[in-house]
Amino acid sequence: MEQTDTDNMIEVRDLTHYYGPYAAIEDVSFDVQKGEILGFLGPNGAGKTTTMRILTGFMPPTRGQVSLDGNDIVEQSLEVRKRVGYLPETVPLYTDMTVSNYLRYMGTLRKMPRRNIKRRIGEVIDVCRLGDYRNTLIGKLSKGFRQRVGIAQAILHEPEVLVLDEPTIGIDPIQVVETRRLIQELGEAQTVVLSSHILPEVSMICERVLIIHEGRIVAEDTPSNLAERLQGTEHLEVEVGGPVPQVLSALRQVPGVTSVSHRSFQGRNLYSVQAKQGEDLRDEVSRAVISNEWSLLGMQSVGMSLEEIFLRLTTHEEL
Amino acid sequence: MRTVHAVAWKEIQIYFSSPTAYIVGMIFLALASFFFVRDLGAPFPEATMSNFFQGATIIFILLAPALTMRLLAEEQKLGTIELLLTSPVRDWEVVVGKYLASLVFLLATLALTLYFVLLLIIFADPDPGPIWSGYLGLALYGAASLAIGMLTSTLTSNQIVAAVVAMGILLVLYLADFAAGTLSGLPQTIIGEIGLKSHFDDFDRGVIDTKNIIYYVLLTAFFLFMTIRVLESRRWR
Repeated sequence: MEQTDTDNMIEVRDLTHYYGPYAAIEDVSFDVQKGEILGFLGPNGAGKTTTMRILTGFMPPTRGQVSLDGNDIVEQSLEVRKRVGYLPETVPLYTDMTVSNYLRYMGTLRKMPRRNIKRRIGEVIDVCRLGDYRNTLIGKLSKGFRQRVGIAQAILHEPEVLVLDEPTIGIDPIQVVETRRLIQELGEAQTVVLSSHILPEVSMICERVLIIHEGRIVAEDTPSNLAERLQGTEHLEVEVGGPVPQVLSALRQVPGVTSVSHRSFQGRNLYSVQAKQGEDLRDEVSRAVISNEWSLLGMQSVGMSLEEIFLRLTTHEEL
Repeated sequence: MRTVHAVAWKEIQIYFSSPTAYIVGMIFLALASFFFVRDLGAPFPEATMSNFFQGATIIFILLAPALTMRLLAEEQKLGTIELLLTSPVRDWEVVVGKYLASLVFLLATLALTLYFVLLLIIFADPDPGPIWSGYLGLALYGAASLAIGMLTSTLTSNQIVAAVVAMGILLVLYLADFAAGTLSGLPQTIIGEIGLKSHFDDFDRGVIDTKNIIYYVLLTAFFLFMTIRVLESRRWR
C-alpha cells in the first residue's frame, strides 16, 4: 500500500492528541481507501473516539495531519465537514424536536438544497425504518430508535465518508443485526470508518481492521488474517533499510517464518513477519538483515501484546 | 444566511413551544404591570411610561439570562454541539442565529407591553416622544443583556451557572452608576460610562443620543464577538 495511492479517501499521518499531559492517541497513521469499510477495534479508552472526533473536524489534533480527499481537516475544515456524516457514540439529538423536523434542520445545516432535503428525508426514513415515527418527538423514542435517527442524520446529505462511533452500542440484538446490515449496504457506495470494541462485529462488517490500544495502532489487517493471528502466531514488525525485493526474499528464507509482507510508509520500509506460535525469531531475523549489510532500523514483537489486547476485547456475543 | 435563519428559526420554535419561555414572559409582564401602575394611584399621576421603563431595566437583569442560558449550555450538556459543529456551519452563524432567536422572543415580550401605551392614550394625553425613545433604549439595553447571556451560556454546560454568572455581570454593570457616584474625576467618568444604566436614562427622558446607541451596539458586538471566539477556541491548537 503506497501512500501516494490516489484511491485514498482519508490519509492520516502521525496523528497525536493530548488531553493535558495525557496522550489519548500517539503517532497514529493509516489510510482509508474509497469505498472501503474500515473498522477501528480496541478496548474502551483506546483512543477510538478521539480519532473520530479529529476525523470529523470536531477538534484539531495536537500534532499530525489528516486529509480527506486531499482536503486538510484543519485548513479546509468547512469543505471536509460537508463531505462527512458522523454518528457520535452518545447519539446526541435534540429531544424536543420531531424526527422529521430534526432531519430537516440537520439537512439545512449541511447546506443541502431545499428540494433535496425533502426527498432525502423520505429516503432515509425508509432506509432506517422510521416511517411510523416521523412526527414523534425524539425525546419519546427508545434508545434503538434514537440510534436509527442518529444514522439517518449521518447519511442524510449522502456524505462521501461516514464516521460511526460504536454504532451498535446499547441497542437490542435484533436492531444490532439490522444496523450491521445497514452499514454494510451503505459501505457499498460510501467510505465508512466505524469503531467497535466487539471483535465479531468488526469481522462481520469490515474489510480491514485497525487495532488500537493505548493510543497506538498495534495491528492492521483483514478480519480473516486477524482471526488467524488470534489462533496463535507470532508477529514481528521490522523496519529495514535495503532493497525491498531482496529483503523480502531474505526474510522469507529465515527458518520458522510463515509469511512476510511489506508496506512502505512515509519512505520507511516496514515488514510484517509472521511465525508459528511460540517461536521467537528476533535473533534470526536480525542476523539475516545484518549479514546482508542492510540496516535494521526497528523491530517490535506485536504478537504478544496483540493477544493481551484481544483478551480485553469483547470476543463473543450473546445474541 | 440560510444557516443563521435555520438556527434562529429552530430556537424560536423551541421558545414558543416550551413552558419555560412562557413562564419567564408571564413573570416579566406581571412585574412590568406592577411598575407601570405603581404611581398611577398617587395624587396628580403623570401619564408616563417612565416607571415601567425604569422597572424593566431591573427585570431585564433576570429576564435576559433566563432566555439565553439554554442556548449553548444545553448543546454542550446533551452533546448535540458535536453534531452542530461537525456540520459545515461557521461558528458565527451558530452564535448569531441563536442570539437573534432570543432577541425576537425578548422583543415579542416587550411588544406585549404596548398595551400600557394604549391605556395611556385612551385615558390621558401622554407625550409620545419619551415613549418611543424609551422603547428604543429598552430594546438596545435588552439586546446588550442578551449578548452577555450568550457568552456565559457558551462558557459552561450548566444552564444555572450560565444564568447566575450573566446576572452577576449585568448587576455589576447596572450598579456601576451608583459606584461612580461615590468617586470623582477620571475614575468617575470611566466607571460611569461603562455602566449599563446611565446610557438608558437619556432615552427615558426622550433624548436619542448617538453616543448611547453606539454604547449599546458596541457592548452587544463585543460580547457576541467573545462568544464566537470562545466557540472557536475549541479549534485552536
